[in-house]
Amino acid sequence: MAGEKDDLESIAARREEWEEKECRESFGRIPARLPRFSTVSDMEVKALATPADVPNMDYERDLGFPGCYPYTRGAQASMYRGRLWTMRQFAGFGTARDTNGRYKYLLSQGQTGLSVAFHYPTLMGYDSDHPRARGEVGKCGVAIDSLADMEVLFDGIPFDKVTTSMTINGPAAILLAMYIAVAEKQGIGQDAIGGTIQNDILKEYIAQKSWIFPPRPSMRLIVDTIAYCTEHVPRWNTISVSGYHIREAGSTAVQELAFTLADGIGYVQAAADAGLDVDAFAPRLSFFFNAHVDFFEEVAKYRAARRIWARVMKERFGAKRPDSLRLRFHTQTAGCTLTAQQPMNNVVRTTIEALAAVMGGTQSLHTNSMDETLALPSEQAVTVALRTQQIIAEESGVPNTMDPLGGSFFVEWLTGRMEADALEYIRKIDDMGGIIPAVEQGYPQREIADAAYHYQQQLEKAEKVVVGVNKYVMEGKIDIPILKIGEEVEAEQRRRLAALRAGRDGAEAARCLEAVERAARGTENMMPYFIRAVKAYCTLGEIIGVLRRVFGEYKDPGMF
Amino acid sequence: MSSTRKLRILVAKPGLDGHDRGAKIVARALRDAGFEVIYTGLHQTPEMIAAAAIQEDVDAVGMSIMSGAHMVLMPAVVDLLRARGGEGIAVFGGGIIPDDDMEALRAKGVKGLFTPGTPLAEIVDWINANVTPRQ
Amino acid sequence: MRDIDDGMPGAVDALKALYPRTGRAHVVGVTGAPGTGKSTICDRLIGSFRAEGKKVGVVAVDPSSPYSGGAILGDRIRMQEHATDPGVFIRSMATRGHLGGLSASTGDVVRVMDAMGMDVVIVETVGVGQDEIEVARTAHTTVVVLVPGMGDDVQAIKAGLLEIADCFAVNKSDRDGADKVVRELQVMLDMRPRREGDWEPPVVKTAAIHGEGIGDLRGALDRHAEWAAGSGRSGQVLTDRRKSELGEIMRGMIAKAVERRIEAYPGGIDGLANDVRAAGKDPYTAAEEILKGAMDGLKESGGR
Ligand SMILES: Nc1nc2c(ncn2[C@@H]2O[C@H](COP(=O)(O)OP(=O)(O)OP(=O)(O)O)[C@@H](O)[C@H]2O)c(=O)[nH]1
Ligand SMILES: [Mg+2]
Repeated sequence: MAGEKDDLESIAARREEWEEKECRESFGRIPARLPRFSTVSDMEVKALATPADVPNMDYERDLGFPGCYPYTRGAQASMYRGRLWTMRQFAGFGTARDTNGRYKYLLSQGQTGLSVAFHYPTLMGYDSDHPRARGEVGKCGVAIDSLADMEVLFDGIPFDKVTTSMTINGPAAILLAMYIAVAEKQGIGQDAIGGTIQNDILKEYIAQKSWIFPPRPSMRLIVDTIAYCTEHVPRWNTISVSGYHIREAGSTAVQELAFTLADGIGYVQAAADAGLDVDAFAPRLSFFFNAHVDFFEEVAKYRAARRIWARVMKERFGAKRPDSLRLRFHTQTAGCTLTAQQPMNNVVRTTIEALAAVMGGTQSLHTNSMDETLALPSEQAVTVALRTQQIIAEESGVPNTMDPLGGSFFVEWLTGRMEADALEYIRKIDDMGGIIPAVEQGYPQREIADAAYHYQQQLEKAEKVVVGVNKYVMEGKIDIPILKIGEEVEAEQRRRLAALRAGRDGAEAARCLEAVERAARGTENMMPYFIRAVKAYCTLGEIIGVLRRVFGEYKDPGMF
Repeated sequence: MSSTRKLRILVAKPGLDGHDRGAKIVARALRDAGFEVIYTGLHQTPEMIAAAAIQEDVDAVGMSIMSGAHMVLMPAVVDLLRARGGEGIAVFGGGIIPDDDMEALRAKGVKGLFTPGTPLAEIVDWINANVTPRQ
Repeated sequence: MRDIDDGMPGAVDALKALYPRTGRAHVVGVTGAPGTGKSTICDRLIGSFRAEGKKVGVVAVDPSSPYSGGAILGDRIRMQEHATDPGVFIRSMATRGHLGGLSASTGDVVRVMDAMGMDVVIVETVGVGQDEIEVARTAHTTVVVLVPGMGDDVQAIKAGLLEIADCFAVNKSDRDGADKVVRELQVMLDMRPRREGDWEPPVVKTAAIHGEGIGDLRGALDRHAEWAAGSGRSGQVLTDRRKSELGEIMRGMIAKAVERRIEAYPGGIDGLANDVRAAGKDPYTAAEEILKGAMDGLKESGGR
């Protein structure tokens, strides 16, 4: 698309001349502001991109059309003219009842999907009355110990109309089992429910670190959920391969892209190795990316992700169905860009980030609330965050045209550059024998830690600016209302657990746990055992406890 | 002989959250400031942290908690240190900590408190000003 | 221990007092290149000794940064399992510029743990991958850890490493190539000149992360300890150890006395260098003067 070879040569020559002449003159009068211009990931960028910067780009081959291979320009042909992205605010705090109230509020305000944030004990597979849960109950998410809590959480929320995303990894299979059980009580079959479990354990080892079991048994549980859903829960997204947390841990944009796709490759390989047909399960894999504040870098990242994934699925795994090749993703604006100082500025950051996600063709979006570095989002803050999406959707005009930045010399150059850099990482990981050995050696962990430290040093030297933090600093605090969770939630959960244990059929619960243990020691698919156990009101901590005994625990390798 | 007395500092991540970006950056910065840093990794209980602090004979314990459990876990470490003869060990912490919690934590013996975005130099300065090698 | 590490006056008195109580612990050295799994092996060994109720001390040495003098001591992370076990005492140390894989005070700290009543003291060296010979002087039994897939470094292992090993652990044997390392090691060992009654260092395959091969490693350690005690060589070994201990202590004392002398000089080493230059002295004469002063100081303080 960039034109004939001769044209390119003459453009390149003219560009050189321009630098020599016009630029030199202009910068002679007004010197450059910085010695070097780079993205927030510290990738150096050009002052100007021209067709000569994308000399080998072939429109049909590299860009194509939305909904067509290699999907650079979008996952669907209809894009936002058909359906807007799903506005899905991640929420959860306190007890199931507290969070249920927030969900109903959000749905009444025009939110179109649910997204559950669990508290740390649930993420780590402990009940609220475990000593390890001390001080954590209901703090960073909702406390879910058993099916009884899930029933309250989704009380009055119709599973045939709303899809739900659950950010859960180590215990993902068990929370999915609970969701299926709640659906059944609502009279909805498992084949009719829709939603997502994150179920991405590799990025836990790499970045987020809410792990329970070592990699190999964890991969088995993931393959079990994939196999089960492929057969019985066809509308369920079985993994949300997540770059979000990799980025939050301090990676660069390229690292986020590369490690996320490398994780995705790892899952496809594992499922294929287990004998599953790629085209049967790959359509239900989805992705989850960060939207950081460096606008163009982010847009390029999403576009590169789609292109790389389509080619990998086709060329490496021989996938044939378009649904297997097309990368769909959820986006969350970057929590790590929010500042405690001058918190209102966070609304602006989030707007820029959300815009990047939309310009990059996201399928669903969470916008952070301005107060999230201070506490859990208050109702007021979360409303502004939701309105931000609605303004982009309804007022800005941005969704009217597909991939509006496609064809920009700069964005195409950046997309190609990020693709090349990410492929280089993926090649290194392949050389190590794949993502699991790479993770065991701490390779991605170390790359991320280095990048995080590098950025921090740039901040301290003021080579990178964060408004209100190392420039335009204001004395005194700006207060906004915040939401705090008291210790009474822990007491309440303890009471609920005690009542549950006293009230259930103890013998049936014990039988179910034994069955889980036997299945874990064998090779059968574990999902049916989990479903039976949660229905007998075995708690999450009890089920995970059994698995811990069988599978062992993963320990922090503490990479620097 | 004070020149060979090096400050030894335990950097720990109590609680269940896995956000060790801050703790690791701080550990590196303290190393680069010339301190000896003992890093204990994630998911530490107060008991584990106190035991390590005593065995390693550290001058200070730094903790990072991003999960909101600071009001329970930080004072628990202070109490355990006191109970085991480590009352001279300075305790500092970082994380998402609202202002009124800070007051309460200071009163309970967590002397230095830092929120996300604190320049590393500020933490180093605080240590230099407030932590001395224990006798 | 802190005073010993910091070279504080008074530490020597403490060491003198506890010396009679030392000599009971089995000191095991674990050495090998960075990242070979030394700490993970230590963790598993602790577990295996604890299963028999033995008290275990661990001295884990990591490098100091040559730029800042600071250090991140991370070996402990892998031994979390034993963090709250009262029968386990883990102490991390930085090299503080000392070469040879240990810190200057490692030997003293080992003696303290010995005197504390530890049945076993495990010393993990810095993984520099060469010249960690020093550990062999401190430990009764030295384990050298290797891993597959480090190129052709079996050939490249320093002869010195071969010399000090009482036992080889080929770790990460869950990865390809472990058998090859074992074979090549065995060939090298067979080619060594041997005398009748010499200890034959066993080669043990381990996958420490999965706890595999640790029983075999333990067996090898115990056999070596038995052999050392019963071979009639133990007298010789003991004398050798006493000799090196003595040398180590003397070198340490002299170094410290000289350091102290220099520190006491107005302006420290810089001041000294300036004065030497200003006075047109040669460095040898100046050094002799400092040494003499240091010796006088040593006499007064009695070595403290
Ligand atoms: N695959 C595999 N990995 C292992 C094994 N043992 C240790 N590791 C991993 O190797 C890495 C380094 O292990 P450490 O025990 O820290 O190695 P080390 O020799 O103490 O490292 P330094 O003290 O930094 O020199 C960690 O990621 C371990 O999980 C093993 O048997 N198999
Ligand atoms: Mg180590």
